[in-house]
This record gives sequence, C-alpha cells and structure tokens, in this order.
Amino acid sequence: MATKASGSAKARFKQDETWRDSDHVSFLKHRGFRWLWIALALSGISIAGYALIDQQPRPNGGTWFGYTLGTIGLGLIIWLSLLGVRKRRINPGAWSLKAWTSAHVYLGLSLVVVGTLHTGFQIGWNVHTLAYVLMLVVIATGIYGVIVYATLPASLSANRKEMTRAQMLDALTAVNRQLESAAQPLGRKDADLVIAALEQDTFHGGAWGRLTGRYPRCATARALRSISQGAAEERVAALLTKRSEQLAQIRGAARIRALLEVWLFIHIPLTFALIAALTAHVISVFYYW
Amino acid sequence: MAFLIRTIDFTAAGREIVRDRVVERSSLTIGRAAECDIHLPDLAVEQRHVQIDAAADGTLAAQALGTLGFGLDGRIVTAGTIDPRTGGEIALGAARLALAREDDGAVSITIRQVANDETKADALRGFTLASALPSKRAMSWVLASAILLLLLAIPVASHLLRTPVKNDPRGETPGQVVLDAAWTSGAMSLKHHDLEDNCESCHVAAFESVQDETCVSCHKGTGTHAKMPRIAAGMPALSPGDAIQWQIGEGLGKEGPLGCVSCHSEHEGPVRQKPASEAFCADCHDTLDTRLTDTALGNAHDFGKEHPQFRPAFYASFGAAKPVRASLDSNPVERSGLVFPHDVHTDVRGGAARMAMSLSQYGAPLECKDCHSLDADKIGFKEVKMEDDCESCHSLVSGRNAAGFSKLRHGDVQDLAQDLARITYIPRPAIAPRRARPGQSGSSSAYAADFGRPVRAYIGLSNALSSGGVCTECHLPIRGKTGQADLMPVNLPDRFLTSGFFNHDAHKREKCTDCHAGDTSKAATDLLIPDLKSCRDCHLGAAAVKTKKIVPSECAMCHAYHLPAGQWLPNGSPSGAAPHYKPPSKPKSTPYKSTVAVFARKSKP
Repeated sequence: MATKASGSAKARFKQDETWRDSDHVSFLKHRGFRWLWIALALSGISIAGYALIDQQPRPNGGTWFGYTLGTIGLGLIIWLSLLGVRKRRINPGAWSLKAWTSAHVYLGLSLVVVGTLHTGFQIGWNVHTLAYVLMLVVIATGIYGVIVYATLPASLSANRKEMTRAQMLDALTAVNRQLESAAQPLGRKDADLVIAALEQDTFHGGAWGRLTGRYPRCATARALRSISQGAAEERVAALLTKRSEQLAQIRGAARIRALLEVWLFIHIPLTFALIAALTAHVISVFYYW
Repeated sequence: MAFLIRTIDFTAAGREIVRDRVVERSSLTIGRAAECDIHLPDLAVEQRHVQIDAAADGTLAAQALGTLGFGLDGRIVTAGTIDPRTGGEIALGAARLALAREDDGAVSITIRQVANDETKADALRGFTLASALPSKRAMSWVLASAILLLLLAIPVASHLLRTPVKNDPRGETPGQVVLDAAWTSGAMSLKHHDLEDNCESCHVAAFESVQDETCVSCHKGTGTHAKMPRIAAGMPALSPGDAIQWQIGEGLGKEGPLGCVSCHSEHEGPVRQKPASEAFCADCHDTLDTRLTDTALGNAHDFGKEHPQFRPAFYASFGAAKPVRASLDSNPVERSGLVFPHDVHTDVRGGAARMAMSLSQYGAPLECKDCHSLDADKIGFKEVKMEDDCESCHSLVSGRNAAGFSKLRHGDVQDLAQDLARITYIPRPAIAPRRARPGQSGSSSAYAADFGRPVRAYIGLSNALSSGGVCTECHLPIRGKTGQADLMPVNLPDRFLTSGFFNHDAHKREKCTDCHAGDTSKAATDLLIPDLKSCRDCHLGAAAVKTKKIVPSECAMCHAYHLPAGQWLPNGSPSGAAPHYKPPSKPKSTPYKSTVAVFARKSKP
C-alpha cells in the first residue's frame, strides 16, 4: 500500500515536473524542436523534388511541382497569418498557443525555401515577384522579432533600475515641479528655456528618434546648454541635469520598447499586403492563363 | 538647523492659502499622527511615516519609520538621501513635499496636495511605439487596398469593360487593358516582343488558357506533325504529376499537351524560340514502334547511332501515277522513262565532253551544274528542261526560216507531228537565187503546193519515235492506245527526300560526285540519292564531339516538326529568321509546300 502510494506520488511528481518544464521551455524549443524538424523536412523534400523532378519546359510555378509548392505556400501563408486570430482566443482546447507559435516561426522560415522554389528563380517587375518580395520581408521581420524577443528584454530590465514606467514618469513630474519653483528667480530668457523644457512632450521625436535614441530638438538639453551663470541658475541647471537623466531613462525604455515592437509594424501590415498581392497573383495567373 | 514648512492649500473657491512656519531642529517626523512635525491627514499615510535628519554635510537623510516606503523623486524607497541644493520631492499619499534650500541656508519643505492622476494610463501609452506610428490596422488596410486596386481591380475592370475584338496582335483597337503589364510572368520571346504590352491579343478571354486557334490566327498555314490522335498515341506516357496536371487543366479548358503553348512556352525572357532538341524528338521517336505498332517510321534517337535508312520517293514503274518510297537498302530501280547515262555526259574524255568544249556556252567538259541548277530554297533543284539544258547538243533544229532556224517543239508528240508535217509541206527555200523557167512548177516552185496526203510526214514521225529515232536518244518508245507510235512520259519527283530536307547550299564546298554517283552511273534507272552511311561520314548525333570532320547534328538540321520537309530558317537567312518553315516563293503556280505536303502524304505506303 505504502509502496503504491509512494509510486503514485513519484508519478505525480514526474508529471508535475513535465508541466513545469513545458511551462518554462521556450517556444523555440517546444517539444524537442518538433516544428523545426517538420520545417526542415518540408524544406528538404521541396529541394529534393526541385532537383530530381524533370520539370518541362523549365522549373517554374506552372509545372505540377510548381503548382504543388505554390499551393503549400499559399496554405502556409494563410495559416501563419491566423496566429493573430489564435492568440486572441483565450479558451481551452487541444491547441497550445506555444505549439502554434513554434510552428509559426519554423514553418514561416521554411516558406523561404518553398516560395523561392515556387518562383523557379524567375524574378521580374510584376505582381508575382511583389508577392515573393513581400513574403521575404515579412519573414525577415519575423526573424528580427524572434531575435529581439530573445535578447532585448534583458536590457529593458537593466534600463529600468527597479522602476516601473509609471514611476519613471512620476519622477519626471517631481523634477518638473521642483524646476518650476526653483526657476522662480530666473530672468525672462532663462525662464523661457525652462518653460520650453517643461512644455515639451516627453515622447517627442517621433518613431525615428525612438529607434535611434537621438533627440536633437530636446528642449531640456538646449536649456542646459544655454542657461546663464548664477546661484539660482546653478540650482535650475542641477535640476535640468536631473531631468535630462530621467528623460534618458525614459527614452532608453522607449527605445528598447520601440526596437521590440518595430518589426510588428512591418510584419503585420506587410502580411496583409502579402495576402492582397497573393490574391492578385493567383487570380491574375488564371485570369491570363 | 531650521526647516521652513510651507503648506499650500486651496479653498473651495480655488483660492490658494499659503501658511509658513519654522521648525528649529535637525530632525523632522512626518505622519498622520498629530504629534508629528508635519501632520498629513491622509489615510494612505502611516501614523509615523518618515523621519528626515539633517546630516553634517548639509544633505538630508529620509528614513521610513515603518515597513511602508515613501515616494522619493518618483521612486518608492524606504530610505534615501536628498541634496537640498538640487532639491527633492517626497510623495506621501496625495501630498507632495518639495525640499529645497533657501537662500539663507534653511531647508524649505513645500507641501501641496495633488489631484489623483487619472491620465497616467494614457501617459504610459507614450512608451509604446504605437504612439509614434500609424496603427498597424490602418497601414494594413492602405497597403492591401492599394495592391488589390492597382494590381487586380483595375486590370480586371478594364478587361471586362473593353469592347472585345477577335484578335488584335497590333494593339490598334482603342481601350486596351490597363496595368496588366504587372501580371506578366516574364518578357516575351524576341519574335513576340511586339505583343509585350498587348496581353489580351493572346489571353483573349478571362480565365481561358491561350488557345491554339489564337496562335493559328497569325501563324496561318503551320503544318501539323501528324494527326492529333496519332501523336497522342505515339507519345510516351506522362509522369503521374504531369498527367494529373493535364487532366485538371484540360477539365478547365486548357489545350492539352499537344497544344501550341505546351511546347512553345512564352514569357521565358527575351530569347529566341529554339528548334526542337534531339531529346524532344527522341521522346517519341526513340521507341515509337512500341506505341505505334502500325507505323512505317523506323525508330530514331541519334543520327549517328539510330536512324532508319533513307526512303526516297521515286517512280518505281513506268508511267506510274504516284511515286513510292523505298529504302535505299533495297537497291531501288527508278523508272523515270528517260534514257540517260550520267557517265557518258560527265566523262571528261568522252564525246559529250568534246562536244561541250566546242560550244561557246560551255567551253569545257560538262559539269553537274550545267544541267542541274539549285532552287531558291537551296534544298531542291529546278526541273531539268530539254530546251535549256540538253538542246545545245541534242539539237532539234529542223530547218531554216525567216527568223533563222526552225526547230521541232519538244514536250508533246502532237506538236512534234505538226512540226514534222510542216517540213515536208513547205519546200526548202533555194540555197541561191535562181531564175524561174517557164513550165516549171511543183515542189521547186515558190508557189508549189502538195495537196496529197502527208505520207512522208507520217513516215518521219514514225521514224523519229521508233527505236533509233531522234526521240529515242533520250526517250523510251511505246505504242499508244490505238497502236500509234508514242513515247513513255517522263516521271521525276519534285523532291526525293520528302520527310526531311537537305540543304545543298550548306554543302557547297563538297563536290557533287562526293555523294552522288553521277560520274559512274551508266543508266537512268540508278537512283543517285546518297545513303545514310555516306552522310554519317561527317554527320553524327547531337552528342558527338565536334571535330574538323565530324559535325554533331541535331534532328532539326534536316527535319522540322510542323512540316518535316520544310527547313527551319535560322537567324541571318536571306528571307529572315523564322521560328519555323515558311513556304519560299516559287515561280510555280502551286505553292511548293503544299505540293510536297500533299504527295508526301499520299506516297506513304
């Protein structure tokens, strides 16, 4: 009896361990790289077929093998784009979002092989190549996305210095209030510099400024450069330096966030552009059969 | 050490009330308890929350007295240091305590209440990239709509709304399809380059593959290789994949694997359409007899290795209506109806040579080209004509007339009979003028007439046509239906090799007698067509190694697909490059192509 109990406890522990492992294993390593192997097999079969099957008059999308690759590619693209639908459906079922994401990444990569062989390396200025190039850009941004998801969150955490984003903004507000009172003795010119610094949008500079971390129009930096000498001014300058440092932290966070997110702003719209181009590609090919 | 504590409150009307008090000590406590130095009536604040101590170096140390931290410059801490020269802000509940050094050295603590920051969530949105870029959804809509509109809707709409014309390869009809250039899968071949911007000239109807009918509307007169069912039966089986593709394609109205476009695939770049390769021909002809068991064609896949013996078309019996084809291996005997020993004419020491040397138009022993002259297509030879090629030696001069010499007409026995009758009818003119004497009349007179039956004319005609007569020098005498003397009609085919072509111009560095036994043949019954072996002295299959002597030869060197006897005209030929045979303009009334095609088809056993 005792043995059985301890046996079942062991089994239970083992099962729990498996769950814990699966909870913490990366989507890239999901189930021992299952989808990586499936994607490699798909690519390998495609390459072998392309090399071994005699395609007359020449390999392109119009041979039976070309049509097969095209159909697989189209199906994959539609399915891959459904990740956006899947991840919004938080309900129980035999479909794991992690498995889905893992398959999305690896099957998406295998599309490079399937799509390229479907073209038969015939590239031109037309809707067909447009679809192909869009597909490649979408895949490239996806690769970028996987890389930044793996590397950037660490630096995001380092940049925070145990502050939440709300606290960063609070800290800036605190400095702003102090600046406002400290700047009371200042003359018109210096006061205007402080006003400009205080009034400037924390997140000014646009997407480009965020991604590069360059803010040439930063009013706080300009105020620091241009403020006059004097006792009151010295205190304001110290506060401006403090504001500048706080801004640097906020901008750092925004930059890392932007680098983490920017690929999606290409990946998603170009996916829809790709689906549109694919529609035009398929219809036009059979319209002018 | 003195702290200047300034409390700023607002009345209900919004008026600001400022109260100042000074606390003279080096340590302050802040909390909800009444005994604290700074009393904050806020439930979020501990009874004794923070203590501030002035350090010796002028800085202030803030220390949480309980376990709850406090906000220092926006950050939640339990202890912190504030330099009064730069200042700092402590947040406790809704109160903000700004610490700063006054000019007199005292530290001021300004307390004010802040309204709850409800827009904080909005401010946090600033961290996301979405706040600096247009939304993904908007971008998706714009891009997808632009692509669908420009690359799909506009071409389709302009295709459907145009006035359809049957076929317009020149694109002269107004209302062309717009923006369909983006649909091309590659540039057109050089010959079809003009159609580049005129897709609908070939892609006539929507969702309909290019039809043979459309190709033939320009490429009129393109011959067919064989009847469609025959080609289909002769083709090797399709691979399973191709079979499925064609099954689906034909189900959807595509021309089958024998349609024009299945071989002449377009949009492969600005290249020249090439003639069929040896492999293309060998696909079917390699083992054709296994599929077309009734075919008369021998298997062929490589000219040097496997090619049937030539089967020229010739007249195998006198006066036959049609030529027949027979293998050169069967020692064919030609019954053209002529008597013509080639060796007598080509012998440089013979009588014919002596005769030719004495004639100004030759001046040398006879050569082949004196009688045989090449056709415009450089493949066949012009008909040998008695009047042009033989008569300078084999004279038919029959007398003198006002124009010079009179001669017997050649070609029709009826004409000959008339000409011979005329010889006896009209007396020979006097060689020298002479005086007419009284009483003289009759044949010697200029006014003589012979009103009797033209017996002598019949005798002359009979002599000419019978053995030993002038006609039988070259012709065979026969008896006509009514038993009258007649001649065997001459039967020579326009072309001996009817399923291929031999370009004589390409062989002009060779002597005729290298291949044709024109110098040794003793009788016209010899068929002087060179055999396969003699061609293989130089010509081997496409896979052969090219040397000074060996010429690797594709099937297309001698055969064309659509019309086996028509030559594919390469680039730079005088009539211009053509992807396939075009009938050369011939002086004959019937087009050469059709003649050959017709009798080549009929002559097949």
